[in-house]
Amino acid sequence: MKPVPFDYHVPTSVADAVELLRTLPNARALAGGQSLIPMMNLRAAAPSHLIDLGKIPDLCGVHETASNLRIGAMTTQRSLERSAVVRRHCPLLGEAVDHVGHQQTRNRGTIGGSLCHLDPGAELPVAAAALEMTFTVTGPGGSRTMSFDEFPAGYLTTTLEPDEILTHIDVRKTLPHEGYAFLEFNQRPADFAIVSVAVLLTLDGEQVSQVRVVLGGIDYAPIRLLEAEATLTGNRLDDKAFEAAAAIAAAHPCEGDEVSPPEFRQHLAGVLVRRALRKALERTKVSVNA
Amino acid sequence: MPELYPVKIHVNGTTYERRVEPRMHLADFLRHEIDLTGTHIGCEHGVCGACTVLVDGASVRSCLMLAVQTDGRSVDTVEGVAAADGTLNPVQAALSKHHGLQCGFCTPGIIMTITEMRKESGGRQWTEDEVRAALSGNLCRCTGYQGMVDAALEVLTPLNLGRD
Amino acid sequence: MTDNPFQSWMSKSVPRVEDDRLLQGRGKFLDDIRLDRLLMAAFVRSPVAHAILKKINLDAARALPGVRAVFSYNDLRPLLSLDRIPLALPSGAIRFDVDPPALAHEEICYVGEPIAVVIAETRAIAEDAVALVELEFDPLPVVMDPRDGVDKDAPKARLDCPDNLVARHVLKYGNGEAAFAAAAHRVKDCFRLNKGGGHSMEPRGIVARVDDDDLLTVWDSTQMPHRAKAILVNALGLSEEKVRVIAPDVGGGFGPKAVFHPEELVIPAVALKLRTPVKWAEDRFESFTATVQERVQIWDMEAAFDAEGKLLAIRGQLFHDHGAATPYGVALPYNAATNLIGPYALPAYDLEILMCLTNMVPACPTRGAGRPQGTFVMERLLDRAADELGLAREEIRQRNLIPLEQMPYTIPVIMRDGSTMTYDSGDYPECQRRVLEAAGWSEFDKRRDAARRDGRFLGIGLSNYVEGTGRGPFESASIRVGPSGKIMVSSGATAQGQGVKSMLAQISAGVLGMNPKDVHVVDGDTNATVLGLGAFASRQAVTAGNAIYLATRRVAEKARAMAAHMLEASADDLEIADGNIFVKGVPQLKVTLGDVSKALSGMPGYAIPGGMEPGLEAAVDFQPGPLTYTNGSHVAEVEVDPDTGAVKITRYVVVHDCGRMINPMMVEGQVLGGVVHGIGATLLEWMRYDDQGQPATVTYADYLLPTCDVVPRIEIHHMESPTPLNPLGVKGAAESGTIGAPAVIVSAIEDALRPLKIRIRDLPVTPARLRALIAAAQGKGAAP
Repeated sequence: MKPVPFDYHVPTSVADAVELLRTLPNARALAGGQSLIPMMNLRAAAPSHLIDLGKIPDLCGVHETASNLRIGAMTTQRSLERSAVVRRHCPLLGEAVDHVGHQQTRNRGTIGGSLCHLDPGAELPVAAAALEMTFTVTGPGGSRTMSFDEFPAGYLTTTLEPDEILTHIDVRKTLPHEGYAFLEFNQRPADFAIVSVAVLLTLDGEQVSQVRVVLGGIDYAPIRLLEAEATLTGNRLDDKAFEAAAAIAAAHPCEGDEVSPPEFRQHLAGVLVRRALRKALERTKVSVNA
Repeated sequence: MPELYPVKIHVNGTTYERRVEPRMHLADFLRHEIDLTGTHIGCEHGVCGACTVLVDGASVRSCLMLAVQTDGRSVDTVEGVAAADGTLNPVQAALSKHHGLQCGFCTPGIIMTITEMRKESGGRQWTEDEVRAALSGNLCRCTGYQGMVDAALEVLTPLNLGRD
Repeated sequence: MTDNPFQSWMSKSVPRVEDDRLLQGRGKFLDDIRLDRLLMAAFVRSPVAHAILKKINLDAARALPGVRAVFSYNDLRPLLSLDRIPLALPSGAIRFDVDPPALAHEEICYVGEPIAVVIAETRAIAEDAVALVELEFDPLPVVMDPRDGVDKDAPKARLDCPDNLVARHVLKYGNGEAAFAAAAHRVKDCFRLNKGGGHSMEPRGIVARVDDDDLLTVWDSTQMPHRAKAILVNALGLSEEKVRVIAPDVGGGFGPKAVFHPEELVIPAVALKLRTPVKWAEDRFESFTATVQERVQIWDMEAAFDAEGKLLAIRGQLFHDHGAATPYGVALPYNAATNLIGPYALPAYDLEILMCLTNMVPACPTRGAGRPQGTFVMERLLDRAADELGLAREEIRQRNLIPLEQMPYTIPVIMRDGSTMTYDSGDYPECQRRVLEAAGWSEFDKRRDAARRDGRFLGIGLSNYVEGTGRGPFESASIRVGPSGKIMVSSGATAQGQGVKSMLAQISAGVLGMNPKDVHVVDGDTNATVLGLGAFASRQAVTAGNAIYLATRRVAEKARAMAAHMLEASADDLEIADGNIFVKGVPQLKVTLGDVSKALSGMPGYAIPGGMEPGLEAAVDFQPGPLTYTNGSHVAEVEVDPDTGAVKITRYVVVHDCGRMINPMMVEGQVLGGVVHGIGATLLEWMRYDDQGQPATVTYADYLLPTCDVVPRIEIHHMESPTPLNPLGVKGAAESGTIGAPAVIVSAIEDALRPLKIRIRDLPVTPARLRALIAAAQGKGAAP
């Protein structure tokens, strides 16, 4: 299991990296390599040129502003896991990262790499969708930003052009009274999710004023359950509301395989949405009381 | 044929300069270029953990890191764990004491994982569940894991953390 | 011997002699072997499950820089003295042997079957060349299911065979017809039991070198080097002294490495031709597709009971997926069939075993070797009957367990060695009693009810089993004390992590009153022992352990006799300890073992003192006779999440009896590993194929092995019922843990969901499968 031969390039600026991606045939950017390199070892991916983003300064780290966190695309999952700033201001992201792989892969794997690889079982895209992260990408023509909704293009495919690089992500700070939950189901805790769900919840008194419900593992990219959000908004979060949201989640069309067929994933989606809403609701109370 | 790429890698305190194919991963570099065959290859897709080494102190799958990516970095492997005279360090001794190894193929990766756990533990007592979660990235087919969990718990008690 | 110093070592958990090297990364596993001019191999393998190979074009592969040679069947055949690899194990059940060719040609019968081999300067280049080989096929229909496959209208899995029913055997004793006619209760069920691969963390591999004297040295990551040598001698047309096979450090075996695979012939043949050392180190993708594995057995079964719940008879059919060849005879389904009987008195048994060729890699034993499936079926039938009769699960077992006073207990089944199946020792009712007590079985209802009130679903299960261990016909061991006083032991036993060196060292050191660390052991080398068998059927402590015990006793007797002569004392007054032989109570009156060895080495022209035979050494080929039966009882507790189908094992207790234990720590290591292997087979491991025979699980992200965080702490308690069949009184321990696990976990899951009356029939029990059963039960109106 050895990769096909390729050339290796280590640019030290985003501009150089973009130029290499633009000019070299069959070139791919290498972030943490925890998905790309196994695919290359299996010869399921065979780039001719690998552009290592690991030596470009300023692509790493979590920077706090008044209302936002700006996270460099090359920030490792391990540093997110340990970031007090992330835990305090973006706890949903922290909870999602806790489910990502093992420490040996989190030490290398990056947030940008995970988002751009867009595995249907991956946790970070689901968190990104729920948190409405904004992506900044740089290409030959300069930089542009896009919302997460504009990011996925298909199975393991994003709307990034081949010569564009994701440089950083902006995410607004979660407010202290917001409830959140990230849950997933798998057979072993560190595996990719069979189904995952992220919920972000704001109450106005007893009523839901804002809620986001996102499912992973159901389709090629995370699915925002707009219908469930609409059903929940303006209403009390009681058992009836949980059931209504769960029913919507469980009705979403779904792909599957022999181990986890579509009807099982759909059922799990309903179970997890119900549990995640309940957990998020509890957390709004904890936060308010605190 | 792609060009060979010069690398300078510090392994267990020794600096090695070689010219390698970009496609050579770190595990193959260690095993075939500098003959440190203690790091084993069990799956080459980043799941089994047999090839776990430390790069700049952090545990990584050496089958998922290219040798060229470690240019200028420090790598620690199982060969550097015991004292120069062959005296086992506490992690190794505890694994033997608790029968935490049988065939020994996955053992080097487990030693490196526990080594990182010790470095990062900050003097606290680990629970069994925490140890099991942290060791879950190392597959072992022989032992049923219990001996290595017991070994890790022993070397992660605050009393034993400083002893190397 | 009035005072047996051996007692001081027996049943002691002394540290293993293997550990120091392995812990420092100084083990020498197959791929760690470095030789000058070593070339690397990669195989061209079949990408389809069944086809006629029309054309193979190797030109581009041969032209690639760095490639030294490429061999297809036509290039290889002149190097071989036989067309097919002679692997058959004789059995009256086999209708036709299907020995594999070294490289496939004409017909291809499974994905991963080797078709050609590339020899290149590096593995990476060899893989580049493999990608350049062009193959053309005419596809053929595939056989993927062993029940469908034996249907007379089924397509043929191999065109070179008359049909797919490669073997048929009827295991029958007692009057089952009468028993069923008279039975007060009958239970009936069908099970589809999957068991996965061996998955040693080290894949297979082989290095072959020919030296200037034409000696072929083969390092093989094998459980059976002597068998590999015999096959190589035969298939390469060489004489015995020109072939040496060495099993280096082997990174786990678990069954598949007992089977001789085509690569083990191809690489030595190619090395002989090229006269350059060649290495093939299997990668994980290859091990998923080309290494033998276990797969599905379908059991259609019915059991008859009297009004009190006593077993009267069991009958049914077993459909066994045998894969595309028969490299290990019928051992696997036969073990499953005989192990079904277990520790229970079964008066009549009638099982038709149908072994079906399919278009998948051959099925061969992995840890447990069919026994977990047989035990699973028996234990499920007992649970079904308990429900039917309104008996507690422990009670119906208690009523059927063979009582101690009936031991040894004979069952009218003729075994492979011609003996009649006989349980030699063990107290099965006491074993069950102890496990129930250790697990707090009788208080479990309270815990279950309390948890149920909190909305949690706990369940408990029980299983009992036996395992025939220590299969013969023999194993070799020899011991030599050198004039230096150093002890050298060699054996045909072969280690893959079990601690064979430690076991042999502990026994011989014990007899000689020494430290095991001072005994040098060589195993797995055909030059160190002429005869040998190796690792299979949990046999090496029984066979090699007793061989070294008897050999060392001979050496000790001889040393004592010689020392008596040298010290002018009576041999009866002498004691051996720490390498010295001394007069009891007068330790300064002594000679060393080295002195004795020196005296027995002879001086030119002088007689050996005392008129003794020269040399301080002994060799014994121990023939164990019939199997000796290990037994065990398991209790597991689980928590089931009925909403998701998730199963968490919260407690696991084993009471285990493998006779006298040589090293309890190592016995426990074997049991622990076995149980966890069984947990994997029950809940996680599932090698899947699509309907065209394409493997669907070829990475460890898709094929799930048990990890540290999903297995419980396992409590082990021991009983020791020495076997009368060998001098040490020992039985095998290596596979036993696996056997009870699927039955006990499934019993616990069904118990947790008892209000739903779930019936689990398929292994593995994945969350989706369990959830589907729950949903079906809930659909019927039952609520958990």
